[in-house]
Amino acid sequence: MAADGKPTLAVWKFASCDGCQLGVLSLEHELLTLADRLEIAYFIEASSAPVEGPYDVSLVEGSITTPHDAERIREVRASSRSLITIGACATAGGIQALRNFGDVEEFARIVYASPDYISTLSTSTPISAHVTVDFELHGCPINKWQLLEVISAHLNRRRPRIRSHSVCVECKRRGTVCVMVAHGTACLGPVTHAGCGALCPAYDRGCYGCYGPKETPNTASLDSWSGLEDRDLVRIYRTFNAADGPFRRASEAHEATPRGGRDPLPTP
Amino acid sequence: MSTRTIRTDYLARVEGEGAMYVRLEGREVRDVKLRIYEPPRFFEAFLRGRAFTEVPDITARICGICPVAYQTSSVRAMEDACGIAIDEGPIRDLRRLLYCGEWIESHSLHVYMLHAPDFLGYANVVEMARDHGEIVKQALQLHKAGDSLMAVVGGREVHPINVRVGGFYRAPSRRELQTMVEPLERARETALATVRWAAGLPFPEVALDPEYVALADGDQYPIDLGRIVSDRGLDIAPAQFGEHFVEEHVEHSTALHSRVRERGTYLTGPLARYNLASQRLRPLARDAARDAGLGETCRNPFQSIIVRGVELVQATDEALALIENYEPPDSPAIAVEPRRAVGHGTSEAPRGMLYHRYEIDDDGTILDAWIVPPTSQNQRAIEEDLRAVVERYMDLPDDELTIRCEQAIRNHDPCISCSTHFLELTVERG
Repeated sequence: MAADGKPTLAVWKFASCDGCQLGVLSLEHELLTLADRLEIAYFIEASSAPVEGPYDVSLVEGSITTPHDAERIREVRASSRSLITIGACATAGGIQALRNFGDVEEFARIVYASPDYISTLSTSTPISAHVTVDFELHGCPINKWQLLEVISAHLNRRRPRIRSHSVCVECKRRGTVCVMVAHGTACLGPVTHAGCGALCPAYDRGCYGCYGPKETPNTASLDSWSGLEDRDLVRIYRTFNAADGPFRRASEAHEATPRGGRDPLPTP
Repeated sequence: MSTRTIRTDYLARVEGEGAMYVRLEGREVRDVKLRIYEPPRFFEAFLRGRAFTEVPDITARICGICPVAYQTSSVRAMEDACGIAIDEGPIRDLRRLLYCGEWIESHSLHVYMLHAPDFLGYANVVEMARDHGEIVKQALQLHKAGDSLMAVVGGREVHPINVRVGGFYRAPSRRELQTMVEPLERARETALATVRWAAGLPFPEVALDPEYVALADGDQYPIDLGRIVSDRGLDIAPAQFGEHFVEEHVEHSTALHSRVRERGTYLTGPLARYNLASQRLRPLARDAARDAGLGETCRNPFQSIIVRGVELVQATDEALALIENYEPPDSPAIAVEPRRAVGHGTSEAPRGMLYHRYEIDDDGTILDAWIVPPTSQNQRAIEEDLRAVVERYMDLPDDELTIRCEQAIRNHDPCISCSTHFLELTVERG
């Protein structure tokens, strides 16, 4: 709590693109209203005058990819009353979790001439793999209006009204014709968490899974309908939420040689 | 001899994680480092094996502030590999329009929320809003116009969904674009006011002399495509980038540093674009620059805030012209068939030139990717700039010198998330 009795908000960054915390600045006029209701105590991208913790609400962007960050997230947790993760990196490991399916040393050699200078972990993991998280807001990027709802719910000590059904429901509510049924376009909408407002089908493209798996998705059934080859199914599940359980399992189910190595079947 | 160290371990009001370190021995500046410790994310590695059509969605995630730059450079590189160039027509116009949205969004964010507090002596924009409420409200309205334009053309403001190799998934209707006319007209007025306001700020006298590098696009101010030119005679096609520029990996950074082969430090971004193309600004932007006292070139990085204002006028005015003349394309995208080839794409991200190179296989599988973001190109110039500021202001006490140094960095709007394949500041005195 700040000296004037306003609750304090902190914004933290780990491995990420900054797009989700930009959502806070992109609240535009609502940002000033928000600043009346709480004190933005720590937000290094926006302010050069950080306030000491503890903080009432911490928003965490980004995933854990270095030994230093694995320690830092524990300090953030210890100084936060509520910890909310924002975006696919913080909730699922982000696109940088593609390293979890490969060899990080090989990755470092491809990008850097002197890989020895690079300190990194072999995996990119969500915040919840390291500390207790009070609420996870999905999306790559998050929907800023959902962020406003989550913050105001926490200020008012109520449960955030964030739906966990599929993008399909959002499409129906929006009145968009189904791109899969009408045009045969492959679409992850039936298995993807709502939140974007079913944007892609409204632009004549299939959903590509920015918001990660919805609760209890039936990926196997969708895949059999999709008409896509295994290689494409692996790619479609391996993007921004690749390491999130149901999407990870779906991609591994379609992989010719799963991780860990499996010999090809002998030809008769 | 006494050693003096000036350091900032976590630079504020820059995008991403960086630090600064300066070491002085007596009156000698011994070491200057802009350290980037943003954790590496290995985009170029995991792009291998992906489909050529996936680059706009994947590379957008390198940076939440300038995703359209990544999308534009990447799709142009893939089209180049496949033997296609979309250099004119409605698809190209839509790309330029979307890019204007990103310039408005990113420049208004930097000018008002990240850079202005330095000049006015505030820690952040919320504090600044208490004393300068009207300015901040105008800034937010300008920012919103950029965001809305990106959402109308691209589907959303961060990581647009509508960009594909060959064009767009759906071309907006004239009516959809018309909704942007009134907000953009207001934004253009605010942009003009921004230039007038920025021209009245106090500027330290610093003049730098890096090689300025920007794209050249005929008689247009460069945004989405062009040849690569400099004020020292460079004039090359994007495909020749690798012959003229080299990237080096230095120990203090997870970003790679670039230099011009044979010559060294160069700078891309608003100052470079202005210095090479001020004559190609739209008349309204050119007049605004002249009224603000800018000549044909500007070498003071602190005055980049005025140049960004001029580019805000340019982007709002150009967006309005593009909307006025817009006729939707017959098809939102042209078909692009993969072939075994190498392709190159460059565009002007708000903070500087962004280069992509891909090698793809017959079936479109990516074999190799090379991405050179603006901040890693600018990192050497920023360090030299820091050195000049320290040499000039070394008699200031540590806390004031630190603020000056941080400003010297923010002048260049470094985007550290991008450069990781990419920032930390400490000043040590001796």
